[in-house]
Amino acid sequence: MTRVWGTTVLLLMVMSVAGCGKKQAPIARPMPPPFPGAISTPSSRPPAPPEPVAEPTIVPPEPVRDDAIASASLDDLNRNSPLKPVFFDYNSSDLSPDAQRALDENAATIKKYPSWAVTIEGHCDERGTAEYNLALGERRSVAARAYLVSLGIPADRVRTVSYGKEFPFDPGHDEAAFRKNRRAHFVITAK
Amino acid sequence: MKRISLIVVLAAAMASTRAQQPPQPPAQPPQPQEIETTITGEPGSPPRLAVPEFIAVSKDTESVAIAKTISQVLFDDLNFEREFALIPRDVYSTIPAATSFSDVPFDRWRELNADGLVVGTVQKTATGLKVELRLFNVRTRQSAYGREYSGSTANPRLYAHQISDELHQSQRGLKGVARTKLVFDSDRDGERMGGTIENRGVKELYIADYDGENQRRVTVSKTLNINPAWSPDGRSIAYTSYRRGGGQIFVSHIFQALLDELTKGEKVGENWLPAWSPDGTRLCFTSTRDGNSEIYVMNRDGSNVRRLTRHPGIDISPTWSPPGTQIAFVSDRGGDPHIYIMDADGSGSPTLLTREYSDRPTWSPAPYNEIAYSARTGPGNDIKVIDLASRQVRQLTFGEGTNESPTWSANGRHLAFMSTRAGKSQIFTIARDGKNVRQLTRTGSNQQPNWSK
Repeated sequence: MTRVWGTTVLLLMVMSVAGCGKKQAPIARPMPPPFPGAISTPSSRPPAPPEPVAEPTIVPPEPVRDDAIASASLDDLNRNSPLKPVFFDYNSSDLSPDAQRALDENAATIKKYPSWAVTIEGHCDERGTAEYNLALGERRSVAARAYLVSLGIPADRVRTVSYGKEFPFDPGHDEAAFRKNRRAHFVITAK
Repeated sequence: MKRISLIVVLAAAMASTRAQQPPQPPAQPPQPQEIETTITGEPGSPPRLAVPEFIAVSKDTESVAIAKTISQVLFDDLNFEREFALIPRDVYSTIPAATSFSDVPFDRWRELNADGLVVGTVQKTATGLKVELRLFNVRTRQSAYGREYSGSTANPRLYAHQISDELHQSQRGLKGVARTKLVFDSDRDGERMGGTIENRGVKELYIADYDGENQRRVTVSKTLNINPAWSPDGRSIAYTSYRRGGGQIFVSHIFQALLDELTKGEKVGENWLPAWSPDGTRLCFTSTRDGNSEIYVMNRDGSNVRRLTRHPGIDISPTWSPPGTQIAFVSDRGGDPHIYIMDADGSGSPTLLTREYSDRPTWSPAPYNEIAYSARTGPGNDIKVIDLASRQVRQLTFGEGTNESPTWSANGRHLAFMSTRAGKSQIFTIARDGKNVRQLTRTGSNQQPNWSK
């Protein structure tokens, strides 16, 4: 399972890098920045063909049983989510290289489970005012969604909601807490 | 627009609210000998007033307790506006208590330099309660003001609030705020959001008297309910609820237990921060329905939505000018969020008002022409007020916690706001000169107050 998973992610990353030039963001504002040069190495190499299976393996009677993600309940899934949060700089909705990498992985996971519906929540740290943070959180969730859509995720599978600073993940009042609270948080709402 | 009946808890809460409507005004007009006159103090000083405990004519325990409550609340109500110099209660004990309006020891009150003396009687009747009031001129021993009130015994504080408002009106020409209310959001009941999101407390709306008493819950939707705003007639509350997933605008008619969903059917974007026009016919609000946070206006039934701002920056937090001709709002089109003013029809280009990180402008009632807002002053925010004629800014709070979401009292002499100075977010009031800070909430986190007209 792990190997298949890794290959899927690699393939998706390669595909997304290759397709980067003609990628169109659906709306003008939260355009994801271009990929950093560091990822150019895999793109110069064609994707490796799938390795031939040496011996026929026994197909398990109920393959989904082995897939912990596919068999988990929504609550369990969200408690230990395969979808990674995306973090932002102070008062910013720009997607950093780290944020884009997390979104690339999330896109791969969402593609792997085509029945999933996902909500992206925008969250802010406590320093901004409650009212302005509603709009800032919305920008963050919309930026993350636009990036996923640009990677081929159907727009109708991803909803957004802004919670401003109403639901901090870390109740602390220092930069370490603020960093955790400036995020686009993924919730699987249907599977 | 669809009307939804609220569930029983809300209906019950509202029934009790209705039962606590203010006592009936006097059935008969003031008697002829009670020609209203004005008590004055020494030149340059406010009148010195004493408010001794009201006289319980019926001697049962409840009447005695009600007499005590009314006089104490009236003392606090009068003290709140600082139009009278209240003589502290702890010196009253040296003066013999009157048993009726005819045996008031005026000479003893004169020794305390009292200009005016409030004397009241409380009597239980077959139908409830009768409260009689006199304001005496201590020098002339004449009644300067007299009224009789009758009503239920359910909430004695309301008698005091009404007496205070009427004394301020007749003696000082001032619109008192003792009968106004605050609405705010709170997580105090510790209920949890449903669905797949764990460990998130719901926020429901609560109302309270201006002094923080009688706190009662008014929403029961077990979700995030924020941005409450009283309608100008004080009978409805517009707010943002997340019960449909994202933020949508609802209006709760709290005395009828009816709910209007104003932004129903908006599939795209969220809607926040409703603000009533001064005549109560329209609301302006923030919406992301067109892909970006912009200011819109709609009729109070949700119809006739019109967009007022067109800028790729964030536009949010609208507030109307008292005549309803202009709208101040927040935009980050210049970088940080700043306050701008535009015409209420969205024509022309908005003019910049503040050049610091600012949010939640709230336009003062006349005769003041000011906007209060929350400004970034350091790690947190403080409440500031800008005078629109002189553009002079004064600061009311000074770095104690963070201070946000100011809202004016109906007479423009006070503000309520949220502060973290005592730990969690709590609701405070403060006089317009920065004095007289009072904490109104202590349970849970309480935010985004709005003060009724």
